[in-house]
Amino acid sequence: MQISIDPKQLKRRERRDRMFVGYSYAAIFLAGAFLVFFFADIVRTAWSAFEQAELRVELHYNEEAKEMGDYALSEEMSYLVSRGVTRLIPNQMRENRSLLGTTQEKWVLADAEVDQYLKGKPNRLKKKERQLVDRLRDEGHARLAFNIGFFENGDSKLPEMAGIWAAAVGSMYVLIITFLFSFPLGVATAIYLEEFAPDNRFMQIIEVNINNLAAIPSILFGLLGLSIFINFMGVPRSSALAGGLTLSLMTLPVIIISTRAAILAIPDSIREGALALGATRWQMVLTNVLPLSLPGILTGTIIGLARAIGETAPLMIVGMMAYIPEAPDGFTSAATVLPAQIYTWSSDSLRAFTERTSAGIIVLLAVMLLMNGVAIYLRNKYETKW
Amino acid sequence: METSKIFLYLFCGLIPLAVVAYFLATKKTYSVKFEGETFQSTPGSYGWYAIVCTLFPALLASFLAAILQLTGIVEVPGTALIATAIAIAAGGLWVALMTIKPSLRARAIVEQLIVKLLFVASLVSILTTVGIVLSVTFEAIKFFDMVSLWDFLTGTTWNPDEAVAGKDTQGVFGSIPLFAGTFMITGIAMLVAVPIGLFSAICMAEYASPTFRKIAKPALEILAGIPTVVYGFFAAITVSPMVVSAAEFFGIEADFTNALAPGLVMGVMIIPLISSLSDDVITSVPGSLREGSLAMGAYRSETIKTVVLPAALPGIVSAFLLAVSRAVGETMIVVMAAGLRANLTWNPLEGMTTVTVRIVDAFTGDQAFDSPETLSAFGLGLVLLVVTLILNVISLVVIRRFRQQYE
Repeated sequence: MQISIDPKQLKRRERRDRMFVGYSYAAIFLAGAFLVFFFADIVRTAWSAFEQAELRVELHYNEEAKEMGDYALSEEMSYLVSRGVTRLIPNQMRENRSLLGTTQEKWVLADAEVDQYLKGKPNRLKKKERQLVDRLRDEGHARLAFNIGFFENGDSKLPEMAGIWAAAVGSMYVLIITFLFSFPLGVATAIYLEEFAPDNRFMQIIEVNINNLAAIPSILFGLLGLSIFINFMGVPRSSALAGGLTLSLMTLPVIIISTRAAILAIPDSIREGALALGATRWQMVLTNVLPLSLPGILTGTIIGLARAIGETAPLMIVGMMAYIPEAPDGFTSAATVLPAQIYTWSSDSLRAFTERTSAGIIVLLAVMLLMNGVAIYLRNKYETKW
Repeated sequence: METSKIFLYLFCGLIPLAVVAYFLATKKTYSVKFEGETFQSTPGSYGWYAIVCTLFPALLASFLAAILQLTGIVEVPGTALIATAIAIAAGGLWVALMTIKPSLRARAIVEQLIVKLLFVASLVSILTTVGIVLSVTFEAIKFFDMVSLWDFLTGTTWNPDEAVAGKDTQGVFGSIPLFAGTFMITGIAMLVAVPIGLFSAICMAEYASPTFRKIAKPALEILAGIPTVVYGFFAAITVSPMVVSAAEFFGIEADFTNALAPGLVMGVMIIPLISSLSDDVITSVPGSLREGSLAMGAYRSETIKTVVLPAALPGIVSAFLLAVSRAVGETMIVVMAAGLRANLTWNPLEGMTTVTVRIVDAFTGDQAFDSPETLSAFGLGLVLLVVTLILNVISLVVIRRFRQQYE
């Protein structure tokens, strides 16, 4: 039999083949390009938030300033200095009476509009004020300094005073609760399913259920948290406890799945060795299986917690996105978390908040990156290949 | 008394008792009374046995009391609870010490209990699902008392601001526009995610060198790790204005809260989900199938198109369904970048709202908890739950079939 090949057709097929390879690489590079563009965009908007405008002003601690902090400044300057500074002056004078009648020259926080103007961004300063700021800058009385307040303050209605600290503390509290509940429960479930569970229909249902739980939209966990933890069990709304409990139910499937994988990776010879030496099943688990699978379990847990720290929707439902300027002082006091803080800032119309939002995002991404880095480090260092 | 204080006193009372139980029990195994006899288990096992006897009934009692308290059947005063619990614990300790004798199989008892506890832990995941279903259903039933299910599913106007408690709620809660918005945005997301995700998977499974794969796979995973609130901000601040100016360039008018921007960004978010699941199934298609096709003279691409992809189709369908379920339930991106106004349209450049946006909006407003608008969130939540449950279960079943076929 003779096979005749049409050279034209062959060429066309070859061209199609090459194009297919091209498409497939293009897809990956497109995704990679998005990633680069995305990070560049976030960093570009966030960059300026790590600097904050300061003005060098003379503060006159006179009688009037005791009532209204604005009077400590000359009139034209009082519009340029942050209200967060002038608001505190009467208090300072009450605490330190010797201030009265003195004059001090020092660097103070500038208003957000001055800050935006100095950074060359759109602002609402009047022409006269702009000229004044220009003059101050030329005299060296206006500068951009490292924005330390961003890492020390809580939320504020004044953009120049708003910081990430309270939200970071809130996130930590939530994470502690999440860990305390999801880690023991998740590991216990995984041990049971892998080492003790009988192979019957009920166990299959549990398995399907865990996989399904991992794919349920997070917002539905918020509805669960609202109606069970808050309305039924009486956990205080907006508290780290309510948020942490809700997130621990979300993190549970992640921990279960990764713990099972870690336990499954241990060869049966280890188990048989322990059993042959007379250990009971539980002793075998406790002294052989768990220690050997611990790196895998910890890696999975940290990855699950890193996902939990970026979760927003369920926490909004349990009330953790209210305006909360103070860091929480316990698990039951009102708290906010990093992503909720980012959301609150992003929905504010003031432009100065936009760069704070990006800066908050960078802090959040850094925390997540750190956690994932630790997880990868743990895995590479302690994981045994059988 | 505060709940936290009750917990504190309870544990301050119980933990020392447990420690005492351990020491007394181990001590008893060394006592002269049993000299010459061999114990069934090690002294430590008897210690743990005593701890179990001390703590278990006391904790069970406090747990029951807590349940009774929550359901409001009986009001248990805190001090009485603590006193009872500690008394029960002391009783348990006494019983444990009395029952310790060489023939007692302490270790077996303790280990059986441990296994039971592990089983109870595995029930939590079931309880979570049940909890979600119940909590959503109960409030949704209240909602459907006010609004008929038919109106809810077929109505085309969603305007809950007009629904004040007690007033007529006819024709205000029509959820068609919300579903339309959800499916519009999901559809756009899928148009982005499916081709890119699938081609990435093909590239990594079939063409890429191991080094390239080592870099590209984690890079794609980063996309999945970025928090959704960050995607939402990106969609609202960067992508939306870009879409608007692109539309202006073509002379079309676009809203700043258009459906296209969140759809595109959501698509990017879903790429890794599709690519990693498809990658798994493509690599698990047996090599013999590929070799058969290549031996017949087919190009690589022809092999992939006519042999590998059809064989991997169930897995890819399952990945697709999971991705749809993820997109339908995605909240933050649409909350931040899509509109709030229910709008029934085919134009992706107009603002549309979604089911999840309305759920969040209902809880972050200042309505009373039993107002129709807040309850409507549970009605929407129920629909969302049913849709995602169906998608997830189908996807899980399909992938399981696929695995049975090839592995």
